Amino acid sequence: MKKLGTVRTLLRIFPYAKKALPRIVLGTIAAISGHMFALAIPEFLGNLIDSIAVNATFDALLLAVFAVLGMGLLESVMVLLRRWLVLTPGTHVEAGLRRTLYAKLQDLEVAFHDKWPSGQLLSRASSDLSMIRRWLSFGLVLLVANMFTIVVGFLVLYSYNWILATIFFVVMSPLWVLGFKFEKEYHATARMSQDQAGDLATSVEESVHGIRVIKSFGRGSFMTEKFANDALKLRGTELKKAKMVSRLWFYFSTIPDIALGLCLLVGVWQIVQGDLTIGALSSFILITRVLHWPIDSIGFLLSMTIDARTAVERFFEVIDTKVDISDPEQPKSIAEPKGHLVFENVSFRYADAPKEQRDLIDGVNLDIQPGESVALIGITGSGKTSLTALATRLYEVTGGSVKLDGVDIRDLSREELRSHIAMAFEDSTLFSDTIRNNVLLGRPESTEEDLAQALEIAQASFAYDLPDGLDTKIGEEGLSLSGGQRQRIALARAVAAKPAVLVLDDPLSALDVDTEAMVEDALRTVLKATTALIVAHRPSTVQLADKVALLQDGKITAFGKHSDLLASNEHYRYVISSLDAAGKMIEVNN
Amino acid sequence: MSMQGVKNEEKIELSKEEQARVRERSLKLLGEIIKPVKNRLFISLALVITSQALRVSGPWLIALIIDRGIPDAMAGDSSTVIWTVGGYLATSIAAGFTIAYFLRFAARVSQDIMFGLRKRLFRHTQRLSVEFHETYTSGRVIARQTSDLDSIKELLDSGGSEMISGILFMLFTAIALVTLDASSFLIMLVSFIPLFFLTRWFQKNTRISYRKTRVASAKLIVHFVESMTGIRAVKAFRKEKRNEDTYKDLVEDYRAVNAKVIQLFGIYDPGLIMIGNITVAFVLLWGGFRVIEGDLGIGVLISCILYARSFYEPMENLAMFYNSYQSANSALEKISGVLEEEPSVPEATNPTPLAPRKGHIQFNTVEFAYSNGKVVLPKFNMDIPAGQTIALVGTTGAGKSTLAKLIGRFYDPSAGTVELDGVDLRQLTDDDLRKAVVMVTQEAYLFSGTVAENISLGKPEATMEEIEISAKAVGAHEFILSLPDGYNTDVNKRGGRVSSGQRQLISFARAFIADPTVLILDEATSSLDIPSERMVQKGLQTLLAGRTAIIIAHRLSTVSIADRVVVMEHGQIIEDDEPAVLIAGTGKFAKMHKAWRDSLV
Repeated sequence: MKKLGTVRTLLRIFPYAKKALPRIVLGTIAAISGHMFALAIPEFLGNLIDSIAVNATFDALLLAVFAVLGMGLLESVMVLLRRWLVLTPGTHVEAGLRRTLYAKLQDLEVAFHDKWPSGQLLSRASSDLSMIRRWLSFGLVLLVANMFTIVVGFLVLYSYNWILATIFFVVMSPLWVLGFKFEKEYHATARMSQDQAGDLATSVEESVHGIRVIKSFGRGSFMTEKFANDALKLRGTELKKAKMVSRLWFYFSTIPDIALGLCLLVGVWQIVQGDLTIGALSSFILITRVLHWPIDSIGFLLSMTIDARTAVERFFEVIDTKVDISDPEQPKSIAEPKGHLVFENVSFRYADAPKEQRDLIDGVNLDIQPGESVALIGITGSGKTSLTALATRLYEVTGGSVKLDGVDIRDLSREELRSHIAMAFEDSTLFSDTIRNNVLLGRPESTEEDLAQALEIAQASFAYDLPDGLDTKIGEEGLSLSGGQRQRIALARAVAAKPAVLVLDDPLSALDVDTEAMVEDALRTVLKATTALIVAHRPSTVQLADKVALLQDGKITAFGKHSDLLASNEHYRYVISSLDAAGKMIEVNN
Repeated sequence: MSMQGVKNEEKIELSKEEQARVRERSLKLLGEIIKPVKNRLFISLALVITSQALRVSGPWLIALIIDRGIPDAMAGDSSTVIWTVGGYLATSIAAGFTIAYFLRFAARVSQDIMFGLRKRLFRHTQRLSVEFHETYTSGRVIARQTSDLDSIKELLDSGGSEMISGILFMLFTAIALVTLDASSFLIMLVSFIPLFFLTRWFQKNTRISYRKTRVASAKLIVHFVESMTGIRAVKAFRKEKRNEDTYKDLVEDYRAVNAKVIQLFGIYDPGLIMIGNITVAFVLLWGGFRVIEGDLGIGVLISCILYARSFYEPMENLAMFYNSYQSANSALEKISGVLEEEPSVPEATNPTPLAPRKGHIQFNTVEFAYSNGKVVLPKFNMDIPAGQTIALVGTTGAGKSTLAKLIGRFYDPSAGTVELDGVDLRQLTDDDLRKAVVMVTQEAYLFSGTVAENISLGKPEATMEEIEISAKAVGAHEFILSLPDGYNTDVNKRGGRVSSGQRQLISFARAFIADPTVLILDEATSSLDIPSERMVQKGLQTLLAGRTAIIIAHRLSTVSIADRVVVMEHGQIIEDDEPAVLIAGTGKFAKMHKAWRDSLV
């Protein structure tokens, strides 16, 4: 990706802030007006002081007091106006960005999610976006307003006394150089700190999701040490940032003071010469005091701007990612799906597989007729799960094509494709929702009978006995259920979707023999009418299917009935059977 | 309602007692996290006092220049001007230096606090039992450790130093004003009355709103994490649109409460400015009046006005600090709740050392029930001699995993004791217990990092050679070599690249390398194909020699390596004997075994 400068990076966020822009502009104007009123106060005071020196009257005093009061009130009203104008739209922009990011992440293919640690995504969706909001409604507004105020302040200073103003301006000029230098240095460090924060979030996530493994190996302190190391790195980066900011702060607070000191010296000299009145010098001093905060603040506004730039960069790193598995421009549609699933010379490899390695799926041809069920057999790592994932485009074929009822699945919208093909994964991801909603995920409009039937088939009637029956909320990832229970709910979910094609990835692995037998009996009725592709490790699961396909070295090397293959294919026997050719149990002991 | 731990943590409106209780524990936590950095805090305080004193002397020197320097210079003596201007420059530079160093010190302090708090929270959640994690959900734990900590960081980053320097600046300004012109100071004192009421109003309203933000933000994170970790299922079941709708509502809830808080601050802050400006006008009126009367020098008036104006300058920062304090306070309320949670499986206070390990396990009248009172395992006794391999069989939900988890001390029994080599598990240090007992479950979680790192989790100090030996032993070596970078392949998030069978092999190697006395395998081979399972079992034969093992598997092939089979049903042990005896008999196991044999063909 091409590196953009700070300004151009930040400009990219504006299309997302379109609605808020008018109010941000108005807010900036309000901020400037507030500053102008503040700037005007010294003018009145200066006049007052001069008039008192010449001819002290109460009228002049009252006039000045009312002016100061009026200006002061106006200033606070302007601040109120600025905040009111800018803050609420800012939250809308943040919310919009958050929704955009979330939608994009859901749109991106599984391969993207495999690559990106989830903590990095989370840190983008939370702290980065609020950083952008704060910058838009605070940093940007004040940066513009303060810069403007400084310029006007200088003009006013010039109008009072051009010599003093020139001194002030010249002494202050190194600040520009320092500011630009800072921008360069600070950016890399800010980026590092945000990335490290994302890494920490990832560690936190994994420590929670993998808590059982950590506990069973007693690695709690080990993980804590590792986490502490990462946290220490972040601490180091933050300290580095603080060092840079403190240096900048030093310059931005000291140099204006030095400038003022020199002005005082020259000012007094001018008074002595009779070129300047005390009142005018007082006004000059008061104005520089009013300018003090805007100048001071530039330092920290600059660091905030750079933090925001980094956040914007990180946001666009996700948004700019091309969705590799997307909907066709003019999707075809299958009006009445029959469930004829064909793999035509399909090949597939993971993007990061070594070059010299053959494709994981290396020319698979498989024709599954409507209503037919095929078991997919192969040793661990042979690509069974990857092959099933190709059917719903969770991953995309790298060669050949998958067709459903004669239509290349890439010509269907993903939505439609996935409504025709339902999957049950091996790791049964359930969502924190009721049992009912989890089961009906693929077809929310189903009737109660459909629901009951799906639970019946998956032997998941235990769900009725849960505290609130089918309305029991199961924990995040369904953790309060046992592995077998979760698997059955996930199976019920696939069945309840009533798809044309069912893809089941080792759907019964966590079930005991009895339950497995019951599920199999019930599933048979479903499978009579449904096309199915079933990844299997056991002969019992294989028996569910009409035919078996053997995946070996990336190809389907045998296809046929279980009993035929068992008799004729040695590799098949090796993969699926615990019995030797003579029908005797292969004992591990010998 | 009790506010113990994380109970009712989403409650917004608290009663007086609850409020007091929650405030007490978060203040206590605040005290605890500040304690280790106390000394540094004092140094930064000293730095900030110096710098603010220097800063405040600025207007005073300007008054000197105008009131003394100019008349002297007019009279031809420019030394006063030179001295005072020189003093002004010196104090400015000194003030700049001290502020810069103060900023560094303050960053040090706040980073140390953050580091300590991060580590403490991480360690504590690691200590909490599995039961806690199952009910609290991972998303909330993550929210506590990310967004809640962020808001504390914000307080420390900007707030802490702003507050101290702001208060001191105001204090010094007040002192300077008193010495310069006490009556102007009295005017300023009057302005404290509206200030007080405005702040009270702000405090009351924000406390509730910030609590709402914390809850809304946690919900947002919970949903986000769940959708991202379950992205396959989300896609497969076309949940994207529905998710977007849910998320949209959550985002809006969060936005609305956040906007509310910001709006409150949007009134508070200009309110402060207004009070300040009105006060300045009054100071001018009173001072100007006296100048006209000839009671006051013009220089003093200018200084008074400068002081009065700058007195309110830090107000905005203070308001911001107070704002982040309120936000951080709600976060502290939640975090202190988590820290208050005690592990339901507490560590031994007076641990009995365990040596040498043999692996003899005894269940003495053990009963296990969930905290809701539902009995899972009714009272039973069981003795597993050291070195024995037990196959634990029975239907799903019979209580096999629960029994295994009692040995791994994921839970403690509700009655009776589980003993290892005659020592109650509760009397063992976690370290001793985990060295002795390792549990491999069906859910083979891989952490991001390399394959080698994942295996060496079982023994962090393991050499590459040991890692390879253990991988070979379970038959994982081959496939690991075929990965892009062999043992150094990054397994990525949740092990996306390796298949579930391969994940199980890696977690087996992990157990192998850990070399425990007691090994529990809970459905640890469920995703393996038959050849791999055979390989693992072969490895197990070597591994299990001289060890105690409890194997739970639905595939009864395990039985062939077991010395003893225990059959469970509805939480009770119904058969317990040598495999050959049970197979030959007519009981439940004989039937299961026959059904399984039949399923093999």
